[in-house]
Amino acid sequence: MSTAKRYMPYIGPLILGVVLCLLPPILDERWKLIFLLVFIWAFLAMGWNILGGYCGQHSLGHGLYMGIGAYLTAYFFQSFGLTPWLGMIIAMAASAFTGWFIGWVVFRYQLKGAYFALVTIAIAEMAVYIVSNISALGGAAGIQEDIKYGIAWLQSPNKAVYFYAGIGLVVGGLLLTQYLSKQRFFYYLQAVRENEDAAEALGVDTVKEKIKASVWSAVWCALGGVFYVQYFMYVGPRSVFGETISVQILLFAIIGGLSTVWGPFVGALILVPITEITRSELGTVFQGASLLIYGAAMVLAMLFMPYGILGLAKRLQERYRNKRSSNNLAPRGAQPEGGEAS
Amino acid sequence: MNFDAQVFTQALVSGVMLGGMFALISIGLTLIWGVMKIINFAHGEFLMLGLYIAYFLVANVGFPPYLTIFITVPAVALIGIFIFKVTINPILKDPVMNLIMLTLGLSLILQNLALVAFKADVLSVRTAWTKRVIDVGGVVISVSQVICLIGAILTTLGIWWFLKSTDVGRAVRAAAQNPAAATLMGIDVPKIYLLAFGLGSATLGLAASLMIPFYYTSPTVGLFLGLIAFIVVVLGGMGNLFGCFLGGLIMGLAESLGAAIFPGSLSRVFSFGIFVLFLIFRPQGVLSRRQA
Repeated sequence: MSTAKRYMPYIGPLILGVVLCLLPPILDERWKLIFLLVFIWAFLAMGWNILGGYCGQHSLGHGLYMGIGAYLTAYFFQSFGLTPWLGMIIAMAASAFTGWFIGWVVFRYQLKGAYFALVTIAIAEMAVYIVSNISALGGAAGIQEDIKYGIAWLQSPNKAVYFYAGIGLVVGGLLLTQYLSKQRFFYYLQAVRENEDAAEALGVDTVKEKIKASVWSAVWCALGGVFYVQYFMYVGPRSVFGETISVQILLFAIIGGLSTVWGPFVGALILVPITEITRSELGTVFQGASLLIYGAAMVLAMLFMPYGILGLAKRLQERYRNKRSSNNLAPRGAQPEGGEAS
Repeated sequence: MNFDAQVFTQALVSGVMLGGMFALISIGLTLIWGVMKIINFAHGEFLMLGLYIAYFLVANVGFPPYLTIFITVPAVALIGIFIFKVTINPILKDPVMNLIMLTLGLSLILQNLALVAFKADVLSVRTAWTKRVIDVGGVVISVSQVICLIGAILTTLGIWWFLKSTDVGRAVRAAAQNPAAATLMGIDVPKIYLLAFGLGSATLGLAASLMIPFYYTSPTVGLFLGLIAFIVVVLGGMGNLFGCFLGGLIMGLAESLGAAIFPGSLSRVFSFGIFVLFLIFRPQGVLSRRQA
């Protein structure tokens, strides 16, 4: 592969970054918030995509890692006055350990498919009840962060700062996913997803690779959680560990296109604005309208495009290309004679 | 902590009653899993619909609670069959995760439709049945909960008999064991799947009618009860009818003893903890042996 071709895929995220950076002056406050939510959800979905997409282990409890990121950062900040920069590192380390431990137990015992999904739901649900009963973490009420502006405290009165930070996360996430997708690690993950026994037979330590994916995914989502709590300045048990949060995280990846670099971002970019606008237009009349849309999107995606928007696009493109190439290569009458027909 | 014999006995008895209810709401899930290996994440939401139907029949139409059975059972069965035909059936051959995502989406839809239609209020009916209790030496048992437990036992036995001794039941078991071979034997497997799904949904209609005298309904009621049903089914061994009943009892006891021992909602951690341990170390459930 030529050098130019190898670096081509990295240009897309950079262009996106530039385009997004030009947006703030032309967006009103409402759209700025919507885009910020797109960034947060896209970033979380990218983290999920490592374990759920590339590795094929559909976790239904990734709110757990997001929650660890958000809670620990907020806790160390509120209780010890620790800067969120350090809180972030602690939170990511704790999340890495959690991801490693869960992966270690669950994958060693060969839990997969539906069983894996159920375990992850149950663990996230346990986290809701555990955190609700720890008064140091604010119990059921959650933690409200104090205001302390400054780069050292990862807070700013200027919402545009968060917007640019969000762009940084998304573009960084896309670049990193793009890079990883060409690494041996991700090829192993996809081998595990496609056929675990075959991968094992070819010498891939499937358990180890799955645990690695779990750790990557956990750290990634914890960082998303840190960003979440620094923006909203609040975290509560249900707002991070709740089942709907975990479902939303994976929803964007699935709608956009599983195990693709761009899928999570595309999914969030399409769905978040729709639901946010319905929420603000119909929120008072139709409580729950946004989740209704998520549910419908999920059902329709599973029925009509199980590989997501990007999967569908790819398939259409391939069909088009095949048609063209078959027209070019096999003009009428030029087909080799088949043994069967004669 | 004041943990005397009477408190303990009361918790034990309440646990068994609760266990009956848990078993009843889980039979359908285990049946559907056993026959077509689908985990229906919208299971709790089907129950929620049943509870709303039962509630409105009692509160607005004035039905006696237990007569609502004649409407909730066919209604929930039809809803289940309709949803199965339109959404699940077309992608039955897809990977198992797609079906999980699909039913997860369905549960979001049903939950939030209920929220739109009925608002977030918690609704419950107060009938004569609610207050009727049996008092055995200080241990109080609610009559409607006893009826629910009996309902669970009868439903378990009924479905067991149906699968064991009727021709259709045998066909269901054949389709569950080996769909391809069953097809070759002339069994209409898609029709059997439809029947199993309808039957599984019908048990939820029954559960709703038996629960409405002492339970409540709200748009999110299915979220918790659905999770409970998953736990019960896993404890009992997926697809195992009697295991399901036993799993219901274990969960009922864990909930009520847990509530007596642990403060606040920590008992839930205990229940989910049991679930996680079972999934990891004994996914085949309490009764059956590990399958190769």
